[in-house]
Amino acid sequence: MFETLTEKLNSAFKSLRGQGRLTEKNIADGLQEIRRALLEADVNYKVVKQFIADVEAAAVGQEVIKSVHPAQQVVKIVHDELVKIMGGANAPLKVSDMPPTIIMMVGLQGQGKTTTTGKLAVHLKKKGRKPLLVAADVYRPAAVKQLEVVAQQAGVEFFGLGTGVDPVDICVMAQGEAQMRGCDTILLDTAGRLHVDDQMMAEVRKIAQAVKPHEILFVANATTGQDAVNSAKQFKDNLPLTGVILTQMDGDARGGAAISLISVTGCPIKFVGTGEKLDALDAFHPERMAGQILGMGDIVSFVEKAQEVVDQEKAIKFQEKARKADWNLEDFLSQMQEVKKLGSIGDLMKKIPGMSQMMGGQEMDFDDGDMKHIEAIIHSMTTEERQRPKIIAAGRRRRIADGSGTTLAEVNRLLKDFDKSRKLMKDMMKRGGKGGKRGGPFGGGRGMPMMGMH
Amino acid sequence: MTEKTGFFGRLRERLGKTRTGLVDGVRAVLGTRPKLDAETIEDLEALLIQADVGVQTAAEILERLRETAREKRLASSDDIVAALKALLLEILEPGDHTLSWTADPPPHVTLVTGVNGSGKTTTIGKLASKLKAEGKNVIIGAADTFRAAASDQLEVWCERAGVPIVKLHAGADPAAVAHDAVQAGLTRKADCVIIDTAGRLHTKINLMEELKKLYRVVAKLQPGAPHEILLVLDATTGQNGLQQARKFTETMHVTGIVLTKLDGTAKGGIVIAIQKELGIPIKYIGVGEGIDDLQPFSPRDFIDALFS
Repeated sequence: MFETLTEKLNSAFKSLRGQGRLTEKNIADGLQEIRRALLEADVNYKVVKQFIADVEAAAVGQEVIKSVHPAQQVVKIVHDELVKIMGGANAPLKVSDMPPTIIMMVGLQGQGKTTTTGKLAVHLKKKGRKPLLVAADVYRPAAVKQLEVVAQQAGVEFFGLGTGVDPVDICVMAQGEAQMRGCDTILLDTAGRLHVDDQMMAEVRKIAQAVKPHEILFVANATTGQDAVNSAKQFKDNLPLTGVILTQMDGDARGGAAISLISVTGCPIKFVGTGEKLDALDAFHPERMAGQILGMGDIVSFVEKAQEVVDQEKAIKFQEKARKADWNLEDFLSQMQEVKKLGSIGDLMKKIPGMSQMMGGQEMDFDDGDMKHIEAIIHSMTTEERQRPKIIAAGRRRRIADGSGTTLAEVNRLLKDFDKSRKLMKDMMKRGGKGGKRGGPFGGGRGMPMMGMH
Repeated sequence: MTEKTGFFGRLRERLGKTRTGLVDGVRAVLGTRPKLDAETIEDLEALLIQADVGVQTAAEILERLRETAREKRLASSDDIVAALKALLLEILEPGDHTLSWTADPPPHVTLVTGVNGSGKTTTIGKLASKLKAEGKNVIIGAADTFRAAASDQLEVWCERAGVPIVKLHAGADPAAVAHDAVQAGLTRKADCVIIDTAGRLHTKINLMEELKKLYRVVAKLQPGAPHEILLVLDATTGQNGLQQARKFTETMHVTGIVLTKLDGTAKGGIVIAIQKELGIPIKYIGVGEGIDDLQPFSPRDFIDALFS
């Protein structure tokens, strides 16, 4: 069964729980589990080794704080170490006093440079800047065209000279072009290249020397494995990298490459790519990422995202309902409609603290077709049935199935899903209520004591 | 902040201490210590994990190596190396690593899938050229109607290979493109139809459903089709590769893997876990951007490269 890094660490600390105090032995067991979890998350082998050594040194030297559960103590140490490595604070893009600001995108093939260039353009445009997208990839078939289309979609300026011109010249000429068109930011989309390709690495060095970019961003995929350190190191040795952008963060990769990349390049992660659309670019928050790694869930991003799309009044009503546990099928339907706006439920669920554990890796995903069926089923119920689902016995189920044009099995499944969601709500509310108490290290969500301690 | 530089300083030292890339080979590990002791096992584990084999799979392989070494009383480093390679071969060899490219009735239809950026379009360009050179009539279907200029990219490859392409406008229904491509294959009596699909993360339910629809359309048009469903996997992918393979094959039965970008320093060891867990054989490896840089997969060569 697929387990996230979060779940792995949770189970590692579960074995630590119940033990009255920290001993070298139980730290060792916990650390072994953390090591394994980090490796399964694709953090580089050597980075893990160093990390574990550091955490161990920090943990063993510490006195056991009587009032804090040993597991929480280790969690805090691990959390702090992760945050420390990941940079501690959100790093914004540099802006040159003397426009244009030049941003250069580099990386291996297939990491999402062109798409990310478009996303950055949208991001900058929202901030009132006027970006110029420059097609400096003259090798990949139709890469120039792709960037042109992306620029159109983003509604920003585009500059390309086809594939017959030296990329260095294109980048140099782009500066004059930006001035002419009144653009204050230049985004150079360079070709994907292998770090072992000397000729191509020489070319990218030449571009950097010729235009002296203010930012050189290394674009890397969150699914990257152990080799992240090798490619990142080569790019770092060839170019004065200033930041990393981690793409495909909307998948289920555990993203350990983030730790490897930061460790090797010494650069902060400036953005993360979270979807295929051009607005799917988020700032990187080390605390959130560390929190996510440690099983506290990325609750802050979740709330922020939810606020953008969810009807606030409905949300408040829903919260009250959930608290009182009088959560009925009408709420279920309207909540599902709200959540649907946020994208895949599975992705969201994973962001809620402890949720991935409670779900036991089970996904509660459904597509638009399912959604239509669910709506039909619930709409075929009487008001009373919606409010008191308990009364829906076999006879009513058949009627509802016929009325909604679905099958009995679908009706049963919906009622089961509803029941599951009600239980989850109850559990969540219970856990949420215990914040800060000794209910275990993950019980408190944002209320966890360690969150305020660093 | 001083402590932070401390971490990087110590890490650099650690990275520098070992030879660049992977350890120079099991031989080097065992050269000094021909016994299979705990330290050697740890070194071998490091080797496998750094090749992206995965911590679980590595542990299982090494456990079996320990048993073999005990049973056969292996003492020399050569014997231990040979035993480890044999164990890996046992995992990688089963299954059909070739592609027939023939169907009765023709055309032989192949769907090419994978996550974004894995190298689907490039792989299809290389396949088209390869088949054309073998004298086959090939038609390419550009069913990636989502990514900007994806069909233009494929078109360039098709021109290079000299094979016809079937495409619709951007944003068109991918299943419609697949339909037209297979239909064209039937009408023009082509030998092979290869369909490019948009990159999609295996976690996007809707996109995976779209893929199922495409599959159904093809299957309806041509009984027995698609004959092959290739999953294109980037060799730099870590442990998520297993999840990718699992989800894609749950969506539609993946018949083989094309492992791309093996010309870098990544070893692509995740395919060992994939074949072990899911039994999906590797069919081709991509070793460069040239039109001829697609090679049939050889388990032996792959394992040798793992330790080079």
